[in-house]
Parts: sequence; structure tokens; C-alpha cells
Amino acid sequence: MISYLLRRIGYALPIMLGVSFLCFMLVHIAPGDPLVSILPADASVDLQQQMMKLYGFDRPWPVQFAQWIWRALHGDLGTSIATARPVTQEVFKAVGNTFMLAALATLIGFAFGSLFGFVAGYFRNSWMDRAASFISVIGVSLPHYWLGMVLVIIFSAKLMWLPATGAGPDGSGLWKWDAEHVKYLILPAVTMSFIPMGIVARTVRALVADILSQEFVIGLRARGLGDFGVFKHVVKNCAPTALAVMGLQLGYLLGGSILIETVFSWPGTGFLLNQAIFQRDLPLLQGTILVLALFFVGLNLIVDVLQTLFDPRIERA
Amino acid sequence: MNDMTTPTTAVDPRDVGGPRQPLMRVQALKKHFPLKRSSLGFGPKSAVRAVDGVSFEIRKGETLGVVGESGCGKSTTARLLMQLIVQDSGELVFDGATVGARELPLRDFRRQTQMVFQDSYSSLNPRMTIEDSVAFGPTVHGVSSRDALNRAHDLLARVGLEPARFAGRYPHELSGGQRQRVNIARALALEPRLVILDEAVSALDKSVEAQVLNLLEDLKRDFGLTYLFISHDLHVVRYMSDRVLVMYLGQVVEVGTATQVFDAPRHPYTRALLRSMPSGDPMQRTTEAPLSGDPPNPIDPPSGCRFHTRCAFAQAVCSQTQPDFIETAAGHGAACLRWQPGSGYMPPPDFPDLAETAAEVAHV
Amino acid sequence: MSATITSTTRPAPSAPLQAVRSRSHGANVLRRLLRNPVAMTAATIILLLILVAIFAPWIMPADPFATSMFKRLRPVGTPGYPLGTDELGRDLLSRLMLGGRLSLFMGIAPVIMAFVIGSALGILAGYAGGKVNTVIMRCIDVLYAFPSVLLAIALSGALGAGITNALISLTVVFVPQIARIAESVTTQVRRSDYVDAARASGAPALTIVRRHVFGNVIGPIFVYATSLISVSMILASGLSFLGLGVKPPQPEWGLMLNTLRTAIYSQPLIAALPGVLIFVTSVSFNMLADGLRTAMEVKQ
Repeated sequence: MISYLLRRIGYALPIMLGVSFLCFMLVHIAPGDPLVSILPADASVDLQQQMMKLYGFDRPWPVQFAQWIWRALHGDLGTSIATARPVTQEVFKAVGNTFMLAALATLIGFAFGSLFGFVAGYFRNSWMDRAASFISVIGVSLPHYWLGMVLVIIFSAKLMWLPATGAGPDGSGLWKWDAEHVKYLILPAVTMSFIPMGIVARTVRALVADILSQEFVIGLRARGLGDFGVFKHVVKNCAPTALAVMGLQLGYLLGGSILIETVFSWPGTGFLLNQAIFQRDLPLLQGTILVLALFFVGLNLIVDVLQTLFDPRIERA
Repeated sequence: MNDMTTPTTAVDPRDVGGPRQPLMRVQALKKHFPLKRSSLGFGPKSAVRAVDGVSFEIRKGETLGVVGESGCGKSTTARLLMQLIVQDSGELVFDGATVGARELPLRDFRRQTQMVFQDSYSSLNPRMTIEDSVAFGPTVHGVSSRDALNRAHDLLARVGLEPARFAGRYPHELSGGQRQRVNIARALALEPRLVILDEAVSALDKSVEAQVLNLLEDLKRDFGLTYLFISHDLHVVRYMSDRVLVMYLGQVVEVGTATQVFDAPRHPYTRALLRSMPSGDPMQRTTEAPLSGDPPNPIDPPSGCRFHTRCAFAQAVCSQTQPDFIETAAGHGAACLRWQPGSGYMPPPDFPDLAETAAEVAHV
Repeated sequence: MSATITSTTRPAPSAPLQAVRSRSHGANVLRRLLRNPVAMTAATIILLLILVAIFAPWIMPADPFATSMFKRLRPVGTPGYPLGTDELGRDLLSRLMLGGRLSLFMGIAPVIMAFVIGSALGILAGYAGGKVNTVIMRCIDVLYAFPSVLLAIALSGALGAGITNALISLTVVFVPQIARIAESVTTQVRRSDYVDAARASGAPALTIVRRHVFGNVIGPIFVYATSLISVSMILASGLSFLGLGVKPPQPEWGLMLNTLRTAIYSQPLIAALPGVLIFVTSVSFNMLADGLRTAMEVKQ
């Protein structure tokens, strides 16, 4: 058991290293001079060299990589070229916002997805199954940023119930859990929830249908177990995998929030990425992607480990 | 089937050593499958000792039967013979030439030895027609596709499957018995001298099994083949084999002609195995189980003689010394301390002996 | 026990003597697919969209690049502009038709490229096994460790905007997914008895892969790849939406969603229209992929 855990963690470490390396290499595959955005075009060679030294672009890249990793482990992800603020600060401020959004979206998506999936699997091949399956297909085929726009059109422009963009009435990005602020959260969260909803619905449907078709369920019924008992049984069997999927979806949303955050101008990591890209702010880009990717790897690891703990049937290869 | 008259020896142009040289000689074959270490790298590395020092020979024109329980290493031995897996140590000598050496490269060896697998369905490519499956082997060795297909059609007819009806079909459209015939045709397509039949009829219904066995007999006679017939079904092995080899836990425990092994077994394991054969006679009832317990684990076999934990005649010395393979009569040998002079084993009065009659053990 | 059953080399009874050639697996799958109404509807829609995209320059009602400051954001049904005009006065219908070219291309092309590259890597890793497998799959795992949206944006962001760069980054996103499936299926097939039988007949590895492995693995990989097309379309248009893909004034549905955002309050229908097309295409590809999967799943 412990050995499996250690092995699993040991497996994640080279992956994290590989991921970090890839993030690092992003800068070096980028065409053009990384300093273009801060230096005026007629900057003197001296100034250029000074800046290169400051940002460490003058050393050979294995050294740069080592330095970057070293600093990152100490919490220093460099300085944003555009804003001159530490990247770490910017990223962690934004991560909180994105996490809030993603977590809410995942919960909503999981709740409804499980409901639809369960109904579909329980009442296989009935109209409910088809309806629920249809909704889940929509969930995965929808361009979510477009859905965001549509919801904004309906609820913001036309009905004027909810605000269209931003995270707070003052636009400062400071969050408070009050009615005013929550209003800003609703539309982005609902929009985002469609992604996990579709996938969770499909997964749960397959799980439920599979379990119900297994012979031991017939055995249970034959012994007089009522519908509710069977229901509990099904839930118990589905739960580990369904929760695992939910965990993975959370990770996916954390990393892939940029599109929706752009639509709603939500001050999260995705929005930060957007800025970084357009200002060619490579340290910010690198730092943000690194944090997000590592989060994802870490989350995968946690989900794997929890799954093993709760489901003894999983083979500990 | 069990008579000792020399089997057909059609003169094969590829024959090198003449009838006295064994077609295949297996020497001290060993194959261990290492297991992933359960702890973090501390502790001894364990392995499944599937084949642990196996030696025997297959004579030209005979059918050598191989019996044993599941897990005794029969299938692994078959695959080692085919070189589908490579042995850790030991040698294979085919008609005097070492397999894989310069005198007999693997490709040439593969043309002379073929195998028929147990699962008739999974041994045929589901996406290939029957004729393509049979014709594949020859095309690999340079036969033109037209000639290969013709050969395939001939062979299909030979095994009792009308080419017009079956050649263009897919495996899933055939019954188990028909598929096994296809597998036999496929094995023969390369015109081998040795055919290894690994539980080839085990998955078939009894009536179909009988038909296929008779087919195999006919083919052996017509093509001058040599068979290695692996099975767990003792009746079938008795019916088909000239000589029999008994395996237990990765080792050979007894070898002899079918009559010798079935009528006068020397090894306690063979005896127990034969006693467990169900008989059609309701008057013959077995009152106690001949073999106790499950076969022990090939990862950690018992010390000394591997069978001693289940042997009705085991003594202290059996757990200490590994028996050598001793020939007790012409061509009949067993690996048991009872037959090993100077081993320290004291044969008890009820030990199955040379004098034991056939009636006691065989169910005729 | 040794009952003598006569040798049965005589053929099984009955049936007329005519050469039978069974339908191949592929033909069976196609037949089943053609009988699936949902899949066929989806296929028809896709075909229509593709045809419109291909023939767009000839069937467009107006010039998709002709701007006009007077005719900005006209509503649907304006005479001469059946679907209205965009924020620069260009005919929306024409732009949507022409935009289909790039949108469909950027959705399908990366998947095709990833299919080729990913299958090759996966089959190699699956058949070779051992160290080769470990090296290839570990590299794949590093890429797989990124959420796909993030990876696409990271690569696009680093490489810069433009169609080629977007294609590259999308291909890189999909290669690991396809390679994984390919490796998994190939490893399974590698273990089967018929591959062993092929090895036993002395065939070289490449021949075995070509004649035995390939036909049995390509199906599942292909089905998986088709299910990726809808994802690719959404991702590609998403990149353009962010300004990382197609550059203006080229029409592309995702890009149009971006530039029309300002119209949300004045002409919401116009603003939403490009997204409708993306959605419809995506759903159709999903339905088709589902139908294909069902057609292949049936045990023969």
C-alpha cells in the first residue's frame, strides 16, 4: 500500500520535471526577442545587455532552466515584464478567483451531470435516457465561450438580471461573499458547469447501466431488496469513479478557464494568461502555465491515490 | 495407436541425421518469469519458475504426449520450443543442429516446426479471411501469393473444409471444430516436420474432438509428421501418443512409452494422476482423493523433491534432496528418490512397484 | 474408449458448391452506419457544410471583405444581406460561408495529422514494448499532463498567432491522446495468439505489423480520432476567439465571435450566429463519431 503510494508519487516527479521543462522551453520556442515588449526599439546595445542580464537571458539555457527551477522552488517565479510586479504574487491572487469559479462550476456540473446520468442509466432506453444523453452530448459539443455570450445576451442584455462582466461592482477584484458579489459569479459558473456536466453525465450513465446489468443486482432483488436498497447499492459502486471524474474535471477547468474568463472578464489565471500572451510577457506566461500545469498533475495524483484508498479493486500494478 | 511398431518414416529430403537421431532434443531448458518486486526494492527478487531444468527428446515420426496439471509448465515449454519466448538457459537441438546458431537460423527453424494453439478463435486474425490466414506463412518465405492461395485451398480441402465454401469466410463464421481445422491447415502450410499441438483439442466438444484427432492421425501418416501432443486429458493422450512425458511444477517427472506410463507408472505423481482419471465403469469407485490439495506455487516450490508435499509416500529425505532422473527400464524413467540408488529412501511395503498390476491403476 | 470414428476428410454435408466471399469487417461497419438515422443525418449536415465551404467563393451572395461604415450591424433579413452585416458592414452570410473553410479546416486538419503521428508512435510503442515503449510513453505522458486547453494556448501563445502555429499547437495537443489509445490497443493485439502464430511462421516484425496488427488496431483509433474532431473545432475557434489563430480580416467563425462581441447589446442574434454554426458542426461530428463507435462495437 505505502509502496504503491510512494511509487505513484515517484512517477509524478519526473512528469512534473518534464512539465516544468516544457514550460521553460515555451520561452525559447517563441519567435522574437523576449524583451521586445519592454524595451523601446531604439534602446542601446548596453541597455539591451543590461536587461538581458537582469532577466537572465544571456546564460546558456540549461543554466537558465536550473536557475528558474531553483527560484521557483523558493517561490520566486520572476518578475512580470509588463507590470514589474512579482509573478508569484500575480498568479496566486488570480488562482484564488479561478479556483472559486472552477470549484463552483464543478459542483454544479457534477450535481446535474450525476442526476442526468443516473436517470439515463436507471431508465435505460426510455425517453428519459435519450433526453439525458442528448443533454450530455450538448455539454461536450458546446463552444462554452459562445454559451457564455448567449447567456450574457439573455440574462444581462435583455433581462438585466445579472451583470455581464467582472468579479465585483467596483471591479477591483476583491472578493466578498455577499449577494452583490455572488451575482457576478453565477453566469460564469453556470457557463463553465456545462463542460463537466456533459462528461459526468456520460460517465455516470455508463456506470449505472453497467452495474444494473450485472447479475448480482438480480440476486439482490431476488432476495427481496427493495428499490431504495438497490439504489443505495448502485450509488456506493458508482461513487468512487464518479468522484474521480469530478476531481479530474476540476483540474481541467482550473487549467482551461481562459476562454470563459475572457468572455466574462473574470480576474482569474485565465485572464492573466490572456494578458501575458498579448503583452508577450513571457515570465508571467511561464509562471502562470507552470502553476496551472503543476496543479493539474498534483490533482491527478491526489485523485489516483484517493481512488486506490477507497476502491480496493483497483489493481496496484 | 500405442503399438510399438515404427511409425511411418517417409523419406524427407530435409532429414539430416536419419531415423536414429531425435528430431528435437531439449537440454536443461530453464525459463523464469521475474515478478515485480512488491516491496520498495528490498527483499529477494522472486520469479515464477515456469520451466526449471527440462530435458527430453522427440523422436522422428512419433507422437510424444505431455501431461500435467495447469501450471506445470507444459505451455511454456511449448512456447520455448517454438522460440516464441526465449529461454534463460538451455539448448534446443533440431535434427542435430542447434536452433538459432549459424547452422540453423531461426527463420529456417520456423519453417520446420509449427504450432497449433488451444484457443481456436484467438489464434486466427479476425480481420483476415481463412484462406489469407493459411496462405500468410508461405508468403513470408517467398512463395507467390497465387501459389500460396492454391496451397491454402489444397490444405483446407485436406483438413475437410471445402475451399469453395470456407476460403472466403472469416473466423467468426466458423464453429470451434472448423476453426481448429483451419489452424491445423495453417500449421501445415509451411510443410513442417514437427507440429506442436498445445491443448489443440481441449476446447472442443467431445464428438468434434474425436473427428479432429482422427484427422491429425491421417495427416501425420500422409505428411510424415512428428507430433508433440500437450494435453491435460489423459484419455486423449493415451489414445494419441507413442511415448508420454509427465511434468510437475516445471520439471519432468516421468517419461516412457504410453503403455509403460499408463499401465505401470513409476512416479507417485503419475500414479495419482492416473487414479484421478474418471472411469466410465460405475463399479470402479474412487473412495479417497488421489491427490491432496492444490499444486504449490511455482514461485516458491517446495525444497527437495517438489512433489513431496502431496506425495503419499514422502519421507524426510524427500524434502532435502532433489531427485535425479533415473531410467528404471528401457526407455522408461522417473525422477523419484525411490528409484535412485543410495538416496536414502526406504521404500515402504505399499509403494507401487514393478509388480503392481495394470488393473490396479489403469481403468480399461 | 478408443471408438473408431471414420476419418472425416469428406466435407460437411449440404450447401451448393459456389464460392463464398464474406463481407469484410469494414464493409459491415459501413452498412451498419448507413442504417443509423441519427448518424446519417449528422453526416448529411457535415457534408452540406463542407460543400458550402468548398464552393463558397462561387455561391456567396456578396463580397465578404467589403466593408461599409454605413451598413454596420444591420439585422437579419435586411434586403441584400440575408443574415445581416457585421461590425464593419460586411455581409454576414458570405463571411459565414467563407469562414467555414478555415473553421472546418482547422478542426479537421490537426486531427488528421495527430492521427497519423499518434498512431505511428502508439503502434511502435505498443508493438516494440520494453524500453522503446517506456521512453515514448513517458514523453507522451508529459504532454498529457497538461489540460488540453492550457497546452493549446500555451503553445499558441508562445509561437504567436497565425494559422500554421495554431495547427501545430493543436496537433501537439491531440497526438498524446491518440498515441495513448494506439499503444493500448496495440499492446492488447500484440498479446493475441494470432500474432504469436504469425511470429511462429517466421515473419519479420514489419510484416506482422502491416498485415496482422494494423488492421486490428486502426479501427478503434480511428473511432477515437473522429470523436476528437468536435473538440478540435471548438478549440480551434477558441484560439481564434482569443486572437491566437486566424488573423483578421480572414473570416473564421471563432474570430467572428470575438469581433462581434461588441454587438451583443445591439444585435444579439448576429453576435450569436457564428457560434450556432460551430455548435451545429460540433454536435454533428459527435453524433457521427457515436454512430461509428456503435457500428464498430457490435460483436460479429
